[in-house]
Amino acid sequence: MFGNLDFDVIRRSAGYLFFDGMSFTLTLTALTTVIGGAIGTVLAMIRLAPIPVLPKVVTAYVNLTRSLPLVLLIFWFYFLVPYVGQWLTGADRPVHVGAFSSSLITFTMVEAAYFCEIMRAGIQSIAASQTNAARAVGLSYLQAMRYVVLPQAFRNMVPLLLTQTIVMFQDTSLVYVVSITDFLGAASKVAQRDGRLVEMYLFAAVVYFCFSFAASMLVRHLQRRNEFVH
Amino acid sequence: MSYNWNWHIFWELSPEGNGTYLDMLFSGLYWTLATSLSAWVLALVAGSIVGIARTLPIKPLQWLAAAYVEVFRNVPLLVQLFLWYFVLPEVVPHAFGLWLKQMPNAAFYSSVVGVGFFTSARVAEQLRAGIIALPPGQPMAGKALGLSLAQVYRYVLLPVAYRIILPPLTSEFLNTIKNTSVALTIGLLELTARARSMQEFSFQVFEAFTAATVLYLLINLVVVVAMQLLERRLAISGHFGGK
Repeated sequence: MFGNLDFDVIRRSAGYLFFDGMSFTLTLTALTTVIGGAIGTVLAMIRLAPIPVLPKVVTAYVNLTRSLPLVLLIFWFYFLVPYVGQWLTGADRPVHVGAFSSSLITFTMVEAAYFCEIMRAGIQSIAASQTNAARAVGLSYLQAMRYVVLPQAFRNMVPLLLTQTIVMFQDTSLVYVVSITDFLGAASKVAQRDGRLVEMYLFAAVVYFCFSFAASMLVRHLQRRNEFVH
Repeated sequence: MSYNWNWHIFWELSPEGNGTYLDMLFSGLYWTLATSLSAWVLALVAGSIVGIARTLPIKPLQWLAAAYVEVFRNVPLLVQLFLWYFVLPEVVPHAFGLWLKQMPNAAFYSSVVGVGFFTSARVAEQLRAGIIALPPGQPMAGKALGLSLAQVYRYVLLPVAYRIILPPLTSEFLNTIKNTSVALTIGLLELTARARSMQEFSFQVFEAFTAATVLYLLINLVVVVAMQLLERRLAISGHFGGK
């Protein structure tokens, strides 16, 4: 049963696992949170803006993205991005996009849809009378958003945004389907090279658990602290 | 775009030799539905037990249930599937492991168990929230009437708690359907896997993924409409959105 396990394989491959694999996973998670969060906020503002057509387009994009499996979306973007790149640059063949850029574009576009819904809830949680008051003192719609609504909306939504980031941190493991070496990809490569599937996958599970659990404890702490602010 | 569209591809024979590409996608659809429905039943049963355990006035049981939820929530689904499929047969007694490995449709059973337990942690959290949302006077009144703890849950708390959490359960079910696509990594030939192999055989990337997209949207639509009907049927007059 456990007799012929060799946990030394973890020590031997630790450098590869963490410097190649985990740094990819963490960079992807961080960049996606920042860029996807920014795009998501803009999308949420468009969805709620009193303008024609555009809110409907954004709503359609958000609903479509959120109804499809992430694996299918990863495939979609993986094959679509080179063609879009060709169309944008006017090149005569599909553009070559590297593993990191491809996954960054995919996750940014997908997470923007999820962040959009969180920020929409955040903006709607701020009483409409605040926007009205801001407009009454002469602020434009964008100024009212920038100085009155968004700072409060962000503050209220911090726990939800961070929880979404934890979910995404786990979801980045799905780049495995297009053979990109993130943390799980690295673990899986070592597992197959050395025939140590049991050790590597158990170790991967433990590492993901420690990261996610620590982060969710932090979120819970923030939530409790926020409760006293109100 | 320098891409050759060919929408007739769906009616061409697939190189697998048993039907057209369209048949291939439908067989994927079948496995997506079979896996997600089975996983959902498992998630509801396991999730209900754990969710109830988290609210029972027995401390060790609460801790155990909380640990269960944290473990299944904080490990990526893909890793959990690998554990069920690759690791479990190696760490159980040899004969049992061999039996697991030789089982026909092993990928299907691993996916059901993997997606099922992954989802059960979420169901447990929803149910706990639903039970906590009820006014504390309700279980007290139940006890004052002489009901046992089991009866309080069966006749007072659960019937209303399940109705409260019906909308979040709907989105959990939709997530379950989406999550079955992760099982393509352990070789389950569900819808996304079929679209992917259609793309590999025919090089018609965008037709294949468009078809899969349309089928997923149709499933979503059917589930949302069905759950709205169920919600309306189960609504109690004058109570939580009932008329």
